Amino acid sequence: MNNPIIMNKYSIERTLGNEVKPYNYDEFVKNFKVNIINLSETDMEFDLIGVDVALANSLRRVIISEVPSMAIEKVHIYQNTSYVLDEILAHRLGLIPLKADPRQFKMKEDENSEPNEHDSLVYDMKIKCTKKDLDALAHKQYISFPGMILFLSNILIYINDEQLTFIVYSKHIKWSPLGNQKDIFTEKSVGMINDDILIAKLRPGQEIELKMYAVKGIPKDHAKFQSVCTAWYRMMPNIKLLDDIKGNDALLLQSCFPKGVIGLKSYKGVLVAHVEDCRKENSSRNVFRYKQFDNKILLSKIPDHFIFTIESIGAMEPSSIFFEAINIIIKKVNNALEIALNQTEV
Amino acid sequence: MSTENENPDDAPKKALIYICGACQAENEMKPKDPIRCRECGYRIMYKKRTKRLVVFSAR
Repeated sequence: MNNPIIMNKYSIERTLGNEVKPYNYDEFVKNFKVNIINLSETDMEFDLIGVDVALANSLRRVIISEVPSMAIEKVHIYQNTSYVLDEILAHRLGLIPLKADPRQFKMKEDENSEPNEHDSLVYDMKIKCTKKDLDALAHKQYISFPGMILFLSNILIYINDEQLTFIVYSKHIKWSPLGNQKDIFTEKSVGMINDDILIAKLRPGQEIELKMYAVKGIPKDHAKFQSVCTAWYRMMPNIKLLDDIKGNDALLLQSCFPKGVIGLKSYKGVLVAHVEDCRKENSSRNVFRYKQFDNKILLSKIPDHFIFTIESIGAMEPSSIFFEAINIIIKKVNNALEIALNQTEV
Repeated sequence: MSTENENPDDAPKKALIYICGACQAENEMKPKDPIRCRECGYRIMYKKRTKRLVVFSAR
């Protein structure tokens, strides 16, 4: 746009000239653009062009604190003789991310109502550490390290403290279907996202037996309900070379930026620097350390071009998280509009 | 008088599980049994935690 944010050595210059423009729908439609840069199962990076900071920031905030997801809320402990205390065990279980898609569930209306197939998921865990298990583990260990002396290995295993423990991972948690959930979901679609999350360690004779109830909630209420690891945006950086930079200076300039930002071309045997890819610029302002670049370089940010990144935990695709966030914003705006309209009637 | 009739003599002698203080082995013991671990012979026994349900919110 016309008013980039200019970055100086020690300050950022904001020209707020015509930033406060009256909102124009047709113009917005004309300028608005979304480019997906990369998209995988858990990560998405895209350009949001032609929107106000307010909208970009509200999207970010809604993604972080208002897009719902499923998490374990109640833990019924029948037996826990492990060293991990009941409260701490329950808290740890709550933070385990679940694969369940929150759009297939309803928000629980009454916290104390009986869990049903539309709003809850039930998981079980029943584990006991016996000497037999440890012997089996030791045997496995022996198979994977055949160089060890068989006779000695058994003794060693009981001396080594690490080997005396049975480790409880999230893979030991089993889903148990409620009502007709058996026909809709599978262990894979609602179970654990990661099967190697450490929950507790058991010594011989210790056991854990519990039942977990997962519900839908929003991250504003508790961080365990987050559907993203993080979501953030940055403004598109822009580099302008105001003067030709040649020879060794060009090499120095290239080293001031991340790889691929500055390219070099040779004209009649002299290297000349040019800007290759502004996106990779990280705004370190490293160039301002060198006197020879004074007044030769203009670093700026394009205020209506946002590079948005969403990192999903795995329950929902990052693109669907973004759509959910937009729907939530629309709901909020409609709600505000309704209240405003009702007020004028009074 | 009635209380005397309800004394443990009438009730079947229940075997309870105790945990050995030395080797953590589980021992079934009846009243009047010698207090001694079957695995290692240790004489200090602990009661097992009951299977009573306790509910925690995962927060």
